[in-house]
Amino acid sequence: MPELIAKTALSGQGSAVHAGTTLAEVALGAITSIACFAGHQHAVATALGQAFPAPNSHANGLCWTGPDQAFLIGRVAPDLTGLAATTDQSGGWAALRLTGPMAADALLRHVPLDLHAMRAGQAARAPLGHMQMILMAEEGGFLLLVFRSMARTAWHELDTTLKHLAARKAL
Amino acid sequence: MRLPDKGLIDRSKPVTFTFDGQQYSGFDGDSLASALLANGVRVVGRSFKYHRPRGVLTAGSEEPNAMVEVLDATRQTPNTRATVQEIHQGLAARSQNRWPSLRWDLLSVNDLAAPFLGAGFYYKTFMWPRAFWEKLYEPAIRRAAGLGKLLPKHDDAEYEKAFAFCDLLVIGSGPSGLMAALTAARAGKRVILAEEDHLMGGRLLSDDAQIDNAPATDWVNATLSELKSLPNVRLMPRTTVIGAYDHGTYAAVERVGLHLAHKPNLPRECFWRIVAGQAILATGALERPIAFRNNDRPGIMLAGAVQTYLNRYGVAPGTRVTLFANNDNARIVARQLMAAGVKVVAIIDSRPTPLVVEECPVYISGSVIDTKGRRALTGITVSHAAGTTELETDLLMMSGGWNPLLHLTCHQNGRPQWRDDIAAFVPVPGMIPGLTAAGSANGTFSTAACLAEGASVATALFNLPPAAIPLAEDAAYAIQPLWAVPGDGRAWLDFANDVTVKDVQQSAQEGFISVEHMKRYTTQGMAPDQGKNSNVGALAVLADVTGRGIPETGTTTFRPPYVPLSIGAVGAGAQGKGFAPQRFMTSDQASRDRGAPMIEAGLWYRPSYFPRRGEATWREACDREVIMVRTKVGVADVSTLGKIDIQGRDAARFLDLVYTGTFSTLPVGRVRYGLMLREDGHVMDDGTTARLGENHYLMTTTTAAAGQVMRHLDFVHQAYCADYDLRFISVTEAWAQFAVAGPKARQLLNSLLDQPIGDFPFMSCAHVTLQGINARLYRISFSGEEGYEIAVPTAYGESLFRDLVARAETLGGGPYGMEALNVLRIEKGLITHAEIHGRTTAFDIGAQKMVGRKDCIGKASSQRPGLTGPEREQLVGLRPITDAAIGAGAHLFNPGDKVHRSTDQGYVTSVCYSPTMEGWLGLAFLRDGRARHGQTVRLVDHMRGTDVLCTVTDPVFHDPEGAKLRA
Repeated sequence: MPELIAKTALSGQGSAVHAGTTLAEVALGAITSIACFAGHQHAVATALGQAFPAPNSHANGLCWTGPDQAFLIGRVAPDLTGLAATTDQSGGWAALRLTGPMAADALLRHVPLDLHAMRAGQAARAPLGHMQMILMAEEGGFLLLVFRSMARTAWHELDTTLKHLAARKAL
Repeated sequence: MRLPDKGLIDRSKPVTFTFDGQQYSGFDGDSLASALLANGVRVVGRSFKYHRPRGVLTAGSEEPNAMVEVLDATRQTPNTRATVQEIHQGLAARSQNRWPSLRWDLLSVNDLAAPFLGAGFYYKTFMWPRAFWEKLYEPAIRRAAGLGKLLPKHDDAEYEKAFAFCDLLVIGSGPSGLMAALTAARAGKRVILAEEDHLMGGRLLSDDAQIDNAPATDWVNATLSELKSLPNVRLMPRTTVIGAYDHGTYAAVERVGLHLAHKPNLPRECFWRIVAGQAILATGALERPIAFRNNDRPGIMLAGAVQTYLNRYGVAPGTRVTLFANNDNARIVARQLMAAGVKVVAIIDSRPTPLVVEECPVYISGSVIDTKGRRALTGITVSHAAGTTELETDLLMMSGGWNPLLHLTCHQNGRPQWRDDIAAFVPVPGMIPGLTAAGSANGTFSTAACLAEGASVATALFNLPPAAIPLAEDAAYAIQPLWAVPGDGRAWLDFANDVTVKDVQQSAQEGFISVEHMKRYTTQGMAPDQGKNSNVGALAVLADVTGRGIPETGTTTFRPPYVPLSIGAVGAGAQGKGFAPQRFMTSDQASRDRGAPMIEAGLWYRPSYFPRRGEATWREACDREVIMVRTKVGVADVSTLGKIDIQGRDAARFLDLVYTGTFSTLPVGRVRYGLMLREDGHVMDDGTTARLGENHYLMTTTTAAAGQVMRHLDFVHQAYCADYDLRFISVTEAWAQFAVAGPKARQLLNSLLDQPIGDFPFMSCAHVTLQGINARLYRISFSGEEGYEIAVPTAYGESLFRDLVARAETLGGGPYGMEALNVLRIEKGLITHAEIHGRTTAFDIGAQKMVGRKDCIGKASSQRPGLTGPEREQLVGLRPITDAAIGAGAHLFNPGDKVHRSTDQGYVTSVCYSPTMEGWLGLAFLRDGRARHGQTVRLVDHMRGTDVLCTVTDPVFHDPEGAKLRA
């Protein structure tokens, strides 16, 4: 049987490295939105085998994304019928990873949050310029999810910012 | 003249630059102003109105005279303060506001006409004839009166914007700022220290003072090294804080590459938004001039500025120096000049009591009553206790005291307080929550007191133990106010806008006695320096004329930005396509590969049409695509429509509330058209909603209103029915969705689907698989043909689009774009936001039957008087009687009526040339339109010059029975 070809948002885009900081598209696999129905957070946590994330946090591929809502990233969701509304969000987001010494400063050109104070395991819904973003702080950098349709703009803005910062560093 | 062994310049690094084409040499660390003064250049600009020769007055960003254009190969930066611009190899600067040259300026004839050109001259003279102002007077005046020029082209330079966060923002790095930063930093607070200059240290770099019995610069360097070594401290030189906003947010602008030769990728400026838990204003103070006759000649400078040129740059701006001052502080400058071997001719002290014996003559109760020297100062006339004396001098230093730099404290409309003992306005605590003034900005002037106050403010803010304060000078200031020397002739207050004492007096005489009126009548304080050098002097003169005190007269309003700000910095990143994010569909590249011009639909880019070889116009392509859909099959990417996944026990109830129609009765596997009203009863959006499961719906919205509908649903759920158990989330980005329409649509889909479409009537939906991939199939139509929409996870979108198009072509069809999509829906009388534009009701669009069976949001409002009835403009179709083209936006009139807004009968919202009907079609809103089918109306379009008669019809032109739709 012939098969449709799957593509990521920036498929074919190589990573960009500027003065030791790297911007790269990453393939995260399945992303499922899990929105608990009223009173079912514990049952959902049991089914997932881990605690439902507190606001502004992420752990083990489960990221808080809104009130009673989290994204399960990188694995297939268990059957949560009756416990939570689940939707497939896999292709809807472009995932970018920003790592290196200028990662926080680069994001601070676009994100109005105190990123230097953000620790691995923290997460936020925040604007990236004029774009929606899910931001996850990791060791050594950040993982960003933006609307797939806006991936090119997100890439362009971050890549340009890294070039600016590298030029500043070279002064 | 450069003095040996003085200054913080690097004499091992000579730098050459040009000014007005002539080459000069300076040293690394020089400002353009210091380098020009070192080279003996006196005239650096021409004044704004009278074109008088002007020289450097100050040594900071407040400079009113020494403004230049900085040039490079492709750019020209006007109004650059020579006092701020650092010199670099190859710097090219040009003087402004002169023609043909700085030395010979023809417009200096204005100076001879000065008696006529005072305040109010323009208002009185150029009143009549009225039309001449815009066409003749204003352009002529603007040419003559002016500043630097921009090149008439887009600014393609790079700028950046950034956010920063800290516990403490210290604004200014003089003794108070450094002590405050050090105290908080040692306690582990996150500190940002912002300094306008490229060197930190503030007045300590200019004063040549002692701290802890050593040069103050040693203490500055030691303090800076410690601050740099701390990870919780960020030093931001070349950064001017320009505004204080709510909740501890401050705006600042940083010169990143602006002061350098162009470097690729290096932004010129960075616009900062700094969010600070606390802020300390340690901006220091600005010295004020004294107004006396001809006080604007090149060679008359502020005493503190001369001190900066002497101690920081090793430059003596004159060889025979005089000082005119009303305070003790300025005498230090004269003493330092003498110590450096510069001849000081005399000190003219306006105060009556002799205080200290100096090594030069001192005139007490003295004042300068006139000056000489056309292009540079040559002499002054001094009136004093013993008579009048002429003195030869090429540098007159003046000091009228100091004004605390309190601008930022006033940015939330607080008013400063007058202090008689220092004859200056000072901030009142709490004018900006979280901002505390310290040091000279607070009216505390001695170095010792500044160091102590900087430390004590920081310890108080953060509850820290007292800090050790280094030893420093603590001399008295002893000022006696002197604002203007009485006498004839012009005495300048505002050098930048050529405003004199007489102008302010005239303003008061003509009734403009409020300080705000005086400012606008005379233009005092409205130049690029925003009155930094003149505000307090001008209001003191006004107070004198009106017989009020200075505190009663008050200040004008201080507004951001504190220094002029380039629009490029504020708009960083927003040039061209940076203005808004671009959204691309998965089919984007496939469409571009086929040469489709892309048009913007909100943030999305959608193909307009798919040209074929031999087609000369878009209409040919569009007509072909329409016929193709009507007779074969067409494929269009409709992924931009909003898709909202709604799940939960109360999902059905919720939909019944937000839609006019009933969705709780919709069977699983079926789709229903829905109309959504705003609370005011007008139509917000329309779309189809599918029931995918018992408690699972998928709502679609229009492309334009996707965000608005999502926001509306959130509001309704949170505000009106928070107890409803449901969850919804946008899945617009998760699914790529393609319309497949036309008689061969089913054949095309069956060639791809794993199972052929069975019994699947109009308005059905189903889960299907397509080459093993989970997909969703809807039978809906926006064209009037047998139509389907197939949705796959976005990752497969491009692949499916290319496959669908290739198969469609095999069947004689192909892709179609927005133009054809629009024609197809007009032929079918289907609405878009051209029709539901925010002012139309369900009644207007003929959907009144959809409202009323049950309650819903907007229902009550939609039934108010005036929102239904024959007086409403109702949706109709239009067909021109002749074969004429018509345009949207045209208005409708009864034949025979005068064409006038009072006889207006309605307007046209959408038009197309219909290849199916072989003629022009329009959708329009016509007063009582549904009762007028078959009648004739006159269509008038003033924009396009159209005036044709049209027949009013039903809005559905094509297949009104829907036989094709349901085939």
